[in-house]
Amino acid sequence: MRKRRTPVFNSGSRQALHNRAHLGVVGGLNENRLKVYKGFGLIFLIAVLMVLPQVASRFYVYITLQILMLSLFALGFNFLFGYVGLLSFGHAAFYATGAYATGLILKNASTSLIPGVLGGTLIATLLALIIGFFCVRHTDVYFSMLTLAFGMMIYSLAWKWREVTGGDDGLIGIPRAPLEIPGGLRVSMRAMPNYYYFVLAISVLAIFLLYTIVKSPFGLVLQGIRENPGRVEFAGIPIKRYRLLAFVISGFFAGLAGALLAPLENTVAPAVADWTKSSEPILASLLGGVYTFAGPIVGSALFILLKESIVRRTEYWLLVYGIILLAILIGLRGGIVGAVFQRKGKKK
Amino acid sequence: MKILLFQGLVGLSEAMYLWLVAAGLSLIFGVLRVLNFAHGSLYMLGAYLTFYFFGLLGGNFWLGLVVGPIFVAGIGLLMERFFLRLVYRLEVAYQLLLTFAFVLIFNDLVKLIWGPIYQALPMPSGLNDSIVLLSRAYPAYNLFIIILGPLIALGLWLLLEKTRWGRLIVASASDKEMASALGVNVPRLYTRVFMLGAWLAALGGALSIPIRPVSPGMGETIIIEAFIVAVIGGLGSLKGAFVGAILIGLLHAYGVLFLPVFEMALAFMLMAVVLILRPWGLFGTRET
Repeated sequence: MRKRRTPVFNSGSRQALHNRAHLGVVGGLNENRLKVYKGFGLIFLIAVLMVLPQVASRFYVYITLQILMLSLFALGFNFLFGYVGLLSFGHAAFYATGAYATGLILKNASTSLIPGVLGGTLIATLLALIIGFFCVRHTDVYFSMLTLAFGMMIYSLAWKWREVTGGDDGLIGIPRAPLEIPGGLRVSMRAMPNYYYFVLAISVLAIFLLYTIVKSPFGLVLQGIRENPGRVEFAGIPIKRYRLLAFVISGFFAGLAGALLAPLENTVAPAVADWTKSSEPILASLLGGVYTFAGPIVGSALFILLKESIVRRTEYWLLVYGIILLAILIGLRGGIVGAVFQRKGKKK
Repeated sequence: MKILLFQGLVGLSEAMYLWLVAAGLSLIFGVLRVLNFAHGSLYMLGAYLTFYFFGLLGGNFWLGLVVGPIFVAGIGLLMERFFLRLVYRLEVAYQLLLTFAFVLIFNDLVKLIWGPIYQALPMPSGLNDSIVLLSRAYPAYNLFIIILGPLIALGLWLLLEKTRWGRLIVASASDKEMASALGVNVPRLYTRVFMLGAWLAALGGALSIPIRPVSPGMGETIIIEAFIVAVIGGLGSLKGAFVGAILIGLLHAYGVLFLPVFEMALAFMLMAVVLILRPWGLFGTRET
């Protein structure tokens, strides 16, 4: 069997919380066969998602929409945490900015969906550039607290800047603008399935984009920065600039998630910038596994489904989540995706 | 001029709450190298539990003030001994996340037990009046806080400088392996330091009851302010926390007078300046 060069992402470092057993799984199986399995699985999943509105009720379509949006949000967050090693507690700032900006654009400037969503995302990305500039100069604790502080600043801005954000009334009456492609195509988004397909398409594209970024040399360098910043710096790489770029990319995805929210709900309230909102991608990523690409996606699905079932029984879902988080931290440190790989490895 | 001095006094009393929370935060970080996210929640629990004991013990604020923070120190004991200790060998991020989990839990727990609305207590009798200072009425309670704060600071200083346990704490903070090799029970020391930090935060919360609304959200804002104070003063330095708290307290007090729009941003900007020019804080030590 060909000896596989283990990617840095799964190397056996001191922080061996990731699926070290990935070595076992891949060493045992034929690597090509694994890729084929993964490929089929992906195609199957996308097929299911495409068929969903035809076979499932509106409620499930809505749930899946939430999962898709949270996946983008969590992927953005985890790009920074799992790959670069920077823990952001204020990512809702970008999510909220994407939502509010898109809402404002769709209400005041544009009657077409794509400029609205794109514009909102870009404004959020710009904010990520500004906030990131201040935050990436520090690491670990300082970074995390700075992101928390910036997140709270954006939250209080959303509350106080009534003229723009509507204060605690929020931004209401955001139209779910039709999708217009110059050259004649104009599709109404009023019907939930239509908007669902739009979000699905955007999500697939975005996830694919992130995947290429992660697998690129840039992505590898980022992981190197996480593992041993000093060494990477000695190799001549400007790590602050790399971190900033990663931060901006991360903000892009968070902003995109928020931008997709605004036309769906037709309102945006300050709660989208709350620190509890910032905790959602964190919990989702930890649930699914921070050291795998698909972890945040799986975790988002788990998170939404769990939340739905918890919220029916009690309003104190944060309490439940806190307990789950504790359990994960103390027990299953790789998250569910990591744990699954671990078990497979142990069987070998 | 009198207005300025008076406002300064207002700022000083606010500084004392900030100091109590920031001191605990700084102490825990200096010794355990963990930034306790849940410190704001401990502050909140201090307020709520004192409020609870106040009711339970028949309306005696002072008794509640004694019992409440001690109870929270007990909660700190459980937190450190049974949870935090398990994640010391993990990366810093996971320790942060653990304390964050406690924030989630405590927030909802408080809402579950006491409900989401504000609670309020009357001013303790004996400190109900205002004293005329600089020809304005200044609440006696605030004066009490201004006197109590430095007293506690003095007590802490004595603890760290003059007692054996205090010197062990300082030793473990600078070199825990050496301390351990010399026979210090470092894990038990860590637990006790955490409890002390929790007690300080809870005391801050308890003391704030008469003049601030007690609500589940009170932990979130104080943790940021305490962090700013601790960073400016130097994480790990109690003297720095004291000075930083006074700076921020005065900044808030005068900021409200002159630049009300920017109030919160001012503290931020000061922290940003400190982080750029002297990242280890005013009284911190440059770490390798």
